Amino acid sequence: MKAAVIVFPGSNCDHDVYIPFKKTLNIDTDFIWHKTADLRNYDIIVLPGGFSYGDYLRCGAIARFSPVMKEVVTQAKKGIKIIGICNGFQILTESQLLPGVLLKNTNQKFICKTVHLRVENNNTIFTHKCNAQEVLKIPIAHGEGNYYCDAETLEELKNHQQIVFRYCDSGGRIAPECNPNGSIENIAGIINRSGNVLGMMPHPERRSDRILGHADGLKILGSIIERFVRN
Amino acid sequence: MKAKIKVYLKSGILDPQGKAVLHAINDLKYSDVNDVRIGKYIEITFNDGKPEQLRKEAEEICSKLLANPVMENFEIEYEE
Repeated sequence: MKAAVIVFPGSNCDHDVYIPFKKTLNIDTDFIWHKTADLRNYDIIVLPGGFSYGDYLRCGAIARFSPVMKEVVTQAKKGIKIIGICNGFQILTESQLLPGVLLKNTNQKFICKTVHLRVENNNTIFTHKCNAQEVLKIPIAHGEGNYYCDAETLEELKNHQQIVFRYCDSGGRIAPECNPNGSIENIAGIINRSGNVLGMMPHPERRSDRILGHADGLKILGSIIERFVRN
Repeated sequence: MKAKIKVYLKSGILDPQGKAVLHAINDLKYSDVNDVRIGKYIEITFNDGKPEQLRKEAEEICSKLLANPVMENFEIEYEE
């Protein structure tokens, strides 16, 4: 099994996510520069957080046209597992691999803090190590994390259990006051209909070792790996 | 030819930047101002070519890259 961490100009969480995959989970992991157009050898593709292309125009809008993204779309259609974290999530929506868009946080601020997430769907390859409705503690760090989609898309997301994470309080209660950025229905992460592409604003790689205070993020990264091992 | 492009948020999408500017305007005591929306202005200069073809290209560039149809609309004005 091999994992690819895509590196765009301006990615800055590429090393953070490389380390849990490579060192903690012991997976053969490569950094892949965005000019690469062949990802045939990889089973997992990670789009890391950061500020690809300086967030010019819109977050993720320019990265979407990097040579590697054409190949990411091709591999996504083949069912290869793809996880986009923060800026990676923004790139996935811009590429239309996931519906909706990430708008500016309603309070206009860049928010960097640890939040609680409730696992809304633990029946995915990214969350099967979590219990149903489990509350995870994972940090966010973004200025544009306000998930938005039209009413019709929201209905579809709900009907197909595509909402994977929601912002909640420490007891798992979903309320407007635990919504850090204004996301519609407290959405923090969604999955595509086929179940192989996940986008999330929180950073599981920043909570993937006890040294970092918590290892909740490892449940997500580890879920992907464990599913492979079992298969 | 030049394409002068305005990209702006669709109505109904909250514009926190516009809201902040509205508050600043109100602080300046301009009480007649009711709302502020902020968008982008982009100018594209083309090489010489058939205007019809260039206009088609400008439209494509806007819908592929410059505007995200989920949240934005765009308008183009041309200058020969």
